Amino acid sequence: MKNRKFQKTFFLIFFFLFFTSYFLLPSNVYCLSVKRTVLQNGLVVLHSEEHSLPIVMVTLLVKVGLLNELKDKAGLANLTAELLTEGTKHRKSTDISEEIEFLGASLDASAGSDYSTISLSILKKDINKGFELFSDVLLNPIFPQDEIERKKEIIKGSLRQREEDPSFLVERAFKKEVFDDYPYGRLIEGSAETIDNIKREDLIRFYADYFLPNNSILSVVGDLTEGELNSLINRYLSDWKRADLPPVAAKGLNEKRTKKIVKIDKDITQANVILGHIGISRDNPDYYAVSVMNYIFGGGGFSSRLMQSIRDKMGLAYDVESFFTLNKEKGLFQIEVQTKNESADLVISEILKQIGRFREECVSDDELSDAKSYLTGSFRRKLDTNRKIADFLASVEFYNLGLDYVEKYSGYINSITKEDVLRVAKKYIDPENYVLVIVANQKKADLKY
Amino acid sequence: MLQLFLQILIYLFMKRIKIFFILSNLLSILLIVSSYAHALEPKEYKLDNGLRVLIVENHKAPVATLQVWYRTGSRDEPCGKSGLSHLLEHMMFKGTTKYGPSVFSKIVQKNGGTDNAYTTKDYTVYFELFSSDRIMISVDLEADRMQNLTIDQKETFSERDVVMEERRLRFEDDPQNSLFEEVVAASFKEHPYRRPVIGWMSDIKSIGREDLYNYYKVYYSPSNSVIVVVGDVNSDQMIERIKNSFGNIPPIPLKKNSSFSEPEQRGERRVLLRKEAELPYLLAAYHIPSFPDEDSYALNVLSLILSGGKSSRLYKSLVYEKKIALDVNTDYDGFNKNPYLFFFDATSSPGKNIKDVEEAFYLEIEKIQKELPSEHEVQKAKNQIESSFIMDQDSIYMEAMKYGLFEILGDWRLIDRYLEGIRKVKPEDIVRVAKKFLKEDNRTVGILIPTKKKDEK
Repeated sequence: MKNRKFQKTFFLIFFFLFFTSYFLLPSNVYCLSVKRTVLQNGLVVLHSEEHSLPIVMVTLLVKVGLLNELKDKAGLANLTAELLTEGTKHRKSTDISEEIEFLGASLDASAGSDYSTISLSILKKDINKGFELFSDVLLNPIFPQDEIERKKEIIKGSLRQREEDPSFLVERAFKKEVFDDYPYGRLIEGSAETIDNIKREDLIRFYADYFLPNNSILSVVGDLTEGELNSLINRYLSDWKRADLPPVAAKGLNEKRTKKIVKIDKDITQANVILGHIGISRDNPDYYAVSVMNYIFGGGGFSSRLMQSIRDKMGLAYDVESFFTLNKEKGLFQIEVQTKNESADLVISEILKQIGRFREECVSDDELSDAKSYLTGSFRRKLDTNRKIADFLASVEFYNLGLDYVEKYSGYINSITKEDVLRVAKKYIDPENYVLVIVANQKKADLKY
Repeated sequence: MLQLFLQILIYLFMKRIKIFFILSNLLSILLIVSSYAHALEPKEYKLDNGLRVLIVENHKAPVATLQVWYRTGSRDEPCGKSGLSHLLEHMMFKGTTKYGPSVFSKIVQKNGGTDNAYTTKDYTVYFELFSSDRIMISVDLEADRMQNLTIDQKETFSERDVVMEERRLRFEDDPQNSLFEEVVAASFKEHPYRRPVIGWMSDIKSIGREDLYNYYKVYYSPSNSVIVVVGDVNSDQMIERIKNSFGNIPPIPLKKNSSFSEPEQRGERRVLLRKEAELPYLLAAYHIPSFPDEDSYALNVLSLILSGGKSSRLYKSLVYEKKIALDVNTDYDGFNKNPYLFFFDATSSPGKNIKDVEEAFYLEIEKIQKELPSEHEVQKAKNQIESSFIMDQDSIYMEAMKYGLFEILGDWRLIDRYLEGIRKVKPEDIVRVAKKFLKEDNRTVGILIPTKKKDEK
């Protein structure tokens, strides 16, 4: 359970890097040849051949996640995904893990804010068997009652265990405070109460409603020819039928921006602090300017203003960073830091000082050009494994970026000016109406905020 | 499956934490190695000053990595100065006579690169990843900080504070990791492996500029390091540049490492930790040999039979059938200079007794000490190892890590020996090593006992 928190952190960071960096590579230096096909049943297939190693990476993205859940059944998307590999018409849960692990392969399903994925990583020699298992969990899950109970207990137990982790507590409280009842304010796992509300019928219904070819993207990268892929699809996915999707229930995001401070007491040595508010959606035209701006402010590792001041000069934290979570709908903007209880006040006031300065003065020419050269120059380096490419292609399709996005994006980044950076800093970082959550030994922290 | 190991690696040693995604793959290589038949042959060099260089040309994508492996880690620290190697690792980013403090990473980033470093008990690694047309920047930067580190007094104090924050983050406020420190410290009486890589808080506080400088001068030399380059490079050009940049750095004769030993454990040791936490947690550690000991291969396979995925014995018994644990892991890779530990850990399910978790674990151990595992079960573990090895080759970073690690352990060619060793493991070997090492007298058991919170919310 332990490294769940890292998975989460990793996800957020990765997500950000993904969209700030991956697309930036000028296409003339890194050719990614991708074939896009739309099948008759509506499934979008993306395929890139890479024959240097005998491996195949498959990602199936299904457009269903947090946004499709009801509040009192939060955790439904996650539980549905987790149970796909826990029993099908043809196999018991234990048969699935035994068969896939005997091949030294992996087959996992998970849900996220905007979408769910099923991922298969397998050696080329085993692709037939692997694809058959993959199609079985995708098309034939039966959601056995005992597996549902078992999974619920594990998820609830792990939610409980994570309460040991102050970063979990601070993130959960922050999200909830910013989004209120909006789905992005909830954990993907839901809560102990909402998990108990989920019945087998809910899972079956949710699966039947959303796990449809016309709601999915299949991305395949590796040692597989077009002919081989086509025959796998014909053989194993031909029974997957198109159907109408349920109407999208409009969920209003209440964009209140009021100042709110939440303090949680815990017997720990470090204050865990998050300061921020609602951010932007992935399709915001200011996305590129925000990427450059955030890199300079707090996203650019050791080059960022926050890191230079709070870690390098003041020695007050091991890590401090800011990021925008980029989702289909508006996500979060947040600054996250951990510092010993006693210096929490000082760190918070330094963050506010940095925000103030950042919204008043233009960044320097050097800062701007360094940010651009990092963002544009790091692309080809980051997209360096078949697994990353498979996931990347599926996301590009999901966010409607187009397969030529790589070329366009580089130009967008390079067109950003200092004035753009200042404008979006003023527009998307709010120095007054923010949510501030502090998990700490409150007595020792003795906050003035 | 190797969560614990992953934690350890990530927790202690990173200069910063933004690189989880790379490290999360590392666990599979360290656990696991070889099969896409065998290791690719690197070009090998040795400079007159003793610097070893391995270059693997891989032109799949226009990217490259350069890594500098120093043959020193926390086990080489003087008494009372635990955390010295790790603090020095941080100081390696804080300026040389040529570049001011905190310039290193800026240069790397503005060229589209990533840099980082980590410290272990046995070695310390620095690396950069660049698009291949920029990789020479690495050569110059690394050569500079191998010889010209400043270790400024003021910067030292500030970075020491940063490391103390890192320790609070990873250990003080993390109950399961706190137990890990306790168990390792109790497992070793004499061997410096007992010290945490990040160092005890009081030791970190006592480290001064002179400690760092002396350590740097003794251990950071070309004769005590290995450079590994993997990626889209021309090895002739690369070695020329390395010779030009590193060739003039004088070697430092290294006094032979004093040989460390640990007396045989003759009775179970138990450690209890009471701390604010939600669920009880168990961590057991057994002394075992390290690679390439003849028993290390079977121990690797045994570890996978016990906890390699949801079809493994411990998962099936403790999590799936008995429902007494939320997760189970074993961790053994054997990739240490001296004999280290085989770990088992599990978090109790809510409302269950940690005693039952412990007993269920011993029951599975007894079972594998008495009955031969099936050929199929052994083959499954071997398949997992082979497959991971092939998949890891997809990443130049992982490739470089593998060559560096095996070179540190003796010779990169051990990669092939490792794989051959794994392939030869028979069911009888599993029973033999389980009997030989996983016994009561040889283990240290730690239990985290959650205490009530000070104020209930």
